[in-house]
Amino acid sequence: MPSATLLGQALISGVLAGGMYGLLAMGLSLSWGLLRLVNLSHFALAFLAAYIVYELGTTWHVAPWWSAALVVPAMFGIGAAQHWLFDRFRVNELASLLITFSVAVILEAGIQLYWTADFRRYETDYATLSIKAGPFFIPVLELALCLVAGVLAWGTWLWLRKTFVGKALRASVEDADIAAAYGVNHKQLAYLLSGIGAAYAGIAGTFIALIATLAPAEIWTWLGVVFAVVIIGRLGNPLGALLAGMAIGAAQSLAMAVFSPAWAPVVSFSMLIIVLLWDPEWL
Amino acid sequence: MNAARDLPRLAAALAIGAFALLPTAGLPAFYDSFFYLVFFWVSLSTSWALLSGFAGYFSLGHAAFFGVGLYTTAVLAAKFDVPFLLTLPAAAILPALLAVVIGAIVFRLRRLRGELFALLTLAVTFVIATVVLNTPIDGGGGIFMSAVPLPSLMATPTGTLYLLAFVICVSTLAIAWKVSRSRLGMGLFAIHDDEDVAEAKGVPTFRYKLTAFALSAGIAGIVGGVHAMFVGFITVAGTFELTVPLYVVLMSVLGGSRSWFGPAIGATVITTLLYSFSSGDQAMIGRAVVGFILIAAILWLPDGAVPAIAKWLKPRRAASVRTGADVAPAATPARSIGDRNMLEVRGVTKRFGGLLALGGVDLDVREGEIVGLVGPNGSGKTTLINVISGHYPLSGGTIALDGVQIGALPAHDIAHRGVARTYQIPRPFANMTALENVVAAATFGGPVRKPAEIRDEALHWMAFTGLSGKEDVLPAGLNLHERKFLELARALAARPKLLLLDEVLSGLNPAEVDNAIRLVRAIRAQGATIVFVEHLMRAVVELSDRVAVLNEGKLFALGAPREVMRDPRVVSIYLGKAYAA
Repeated sequence: MPSATLLGQALISGVLAGGMYGLLAMGLSLSWGLLRLVNLSHFALAFLAAYIVYELGTTWHVAPWWSAALVVPAMFGIGAAQHWLFDRFRVNELASLLITFSVAVILEAGIQLYWTADFRRYETDYATLSIKAGPFFIPVLELALCLVAGVLAWGTWLWLRKTFVGKALRASVEDADIAAAYGVNHKQLAYLLSGIGAAYAGIAGTFIALIATLAPAEIWTWLGVVFAVVIIGRLGNPLGALLAGMAIGAAQSLAMAVFSPAWAPVVSFSMLIIVLLWDPEWL
Repeated sequence: MNAARDLPRLAAALAIGAFALLPTAGLPAFYDSFFYLVFFWVSLSTSWALLSGFAGYFSLGHAAFFGVGLYTTAVLAAKFDVPFLLTLPAAAILPALLAVVIGAIVFRLRRLRGELFALLTLAVTFVIATVVLNTPIDGGGGIFMSAVPLPSLMATPTGTLYLLAFVICVSTLAIAWKVSRSRLGMGLFAIHDDEDVAEAKGVPTFRYKLTAFALSAGIAGIVGGVHAMFVGFITVAGTFELTVPLYVVLMSVLGGSRSWFGPAIGATVITTLLYSFSSGDQAMIGRAVVGFILIAAILWLPDGAVPAIAKWLKPRRAASVRTGADVAPAATPARSIGDRNMLEVRGVTKRFGGLLALGGVDLDVREGEIVGLVGPNGSGKTTLINVISGHYPLSGGTIALDGVQIGALPAHDIAHRGVARTYQIPRPFANMTALENVVAAATFGGPVRKPAEIRDEALHWMAFTGLSGKEDVLPAGLNLHERKFLELARALAARPKLLLLDEVLSGLNPAEVDNAIRLVRAIRAQGATIVFVEHLMRAVVELSDRVAVLNEGKLFALGAPREVMRDPRVVSIYLGKAYAA
């Protein structure tokens, strides 16, 4: 059994790593829960954003926050454009899954053609910076990611709960026709939501560029875990997605510390299977 | 001899023979491995379609079964020196067992349909991959197959693998063809369209889904077993990767996953495409091209290429326009009501969470009787129908049909014992023609008969309900009146002892209502006992021998129609106290 310090450090790193799961899960959760579209291309969009941030940073020496200011609105546009396709062809859930998978494959091919299949690393001065709190180390970038994810999740949750637009969106999910009869412009809201989802991919991508090593095939590494997070966190609930992400991150990290790193995938999927079979009220 | 029928068979036999002998023709080994890959993907995608295409349970976990089969052969052959061919049965059986275990848990849960089933199967794949990686099955080092002797069925090793893959491919296609024409296939197609209705019409949905899942997984497993020898060096990352489930889905969807040979067409096209972009960056471009093709296919050919081509080839037959049902034997002598109870409902309760929908209902219906079930909205009429037909389990009480307790039976069993029902909003199987809808109901609801007999009977009931000429029309092409009558035809084709009708008249115009009333009388004349829910008082009074009034989940009044309808208490629950005087 590892020491308490090691377990504590594992817990901290796990929760922080889970912030990334949560950030990626939020956009997916919104489009799946509120638009009934399963967007596999979300991961590819995040990596596209990451590669652009990397390219701007290494070739043109643009600071990542300025890159983000460029990439995030661009992603919003891509998300809205993608929704045009779904809307135009009245795509259902399973078809959306296949189409966005194809989009992801195409994006992966495009990324590989331009940036090659080699691993890329965006070196910055602050990549390895960390704060020392007692016996524990807290990496600054991951902490920033979690703070951003927290603010976004909280803000989106409030937006859906409290504002008219948010309520209108949730009403449309329950019954689009009735909501329309009450004057909800579902189509317009759907474009907004798709754009926001993709913009989140842009934000996640910025952090991926700073934290992770980039390779085209890496697009698929988080797919399984993040879908588990989306379902456990409840479809359409950004706050739930973030919390589920952190919970799974922590559980994985503890499993790695106690057993061996290779067992980590079992944790998230076992959690997913248990939650699906158990079928608790909050799901 | 029928030349037109024998010709395709002869051609198929010749083609199979020619393909089987291809490796002996002295072609470069390149062709052996190219065709091997075609057979590989045809078998995998066709086996996927057995569950996911036919029954609509979209699985992303095909790699799990393929991988278990592959590792079964690899471990047995490389670590325990079992002869390669002897490992193949195990490579089929183990994944099939795994599928049965997973299915036995997952198929009981109603919410795990659609995309949640897809993601659950994907999750299972990742779990199995991790277990294989971290246990001595693989241990992370991979398994070399080079020491495993390959029996020389053909002159070259690639020829032998070609032959094995070919045999599996032909067998898989034969199985898919057989299933699509069998009772099992009909049941799976019904499950695809509407699982609850399929169950209510007598399809043993749970058993059928398990069978299809096991068959699908078993084939994937044996394909994996052969593939272990083809790849030679086995790793977890190379086996349980996303490519398998996604290509399998892609190929099936492209070709048409509800058709037995649709996946084969899709697999052949895509494999050829991928093979022509085989190296390095080209492979990446190939994947992107496949991606574009899939997007285009889903947007423009959502049912797949094969159904689209079939539709295009089929000459458009103008549906013969014959409105106004000719209800066959109109004035039949009224059968006497027996003194035996056909249905005995005793103290039946049904709770939904805290809501008591039925609070102890007692009702006897005699053989040959027509009982009208009325009551205000929310009084529990449809719930009672749903409980009798087994759609909802009972919370309390007993239900007996013809003296046999049916309260605890699954819905399909209740249907076999002679209970048929219609739905207030018609729920036909959307991808089956009107005739196929009736045939399916007759096959699963009625006694076991020959297909030709069933077809004749289905045609009879379609004529009886005035749907002649609409046999080949899909339900979407029928109007509400016709769809309601299709519901009736489906219920009648099951030859029920007890027929439960849920608001068959709602939404019909007065002429159609008259028509329907005559029809219900004609049905009773054939010997069925009928319980019908209805709001239209004219029909209730004209048809019922007795009327049962439900209010707030309890039997409120029961008796002859005119007396019950004049009862001030009954009037008050419908119109309020002021009118009760």
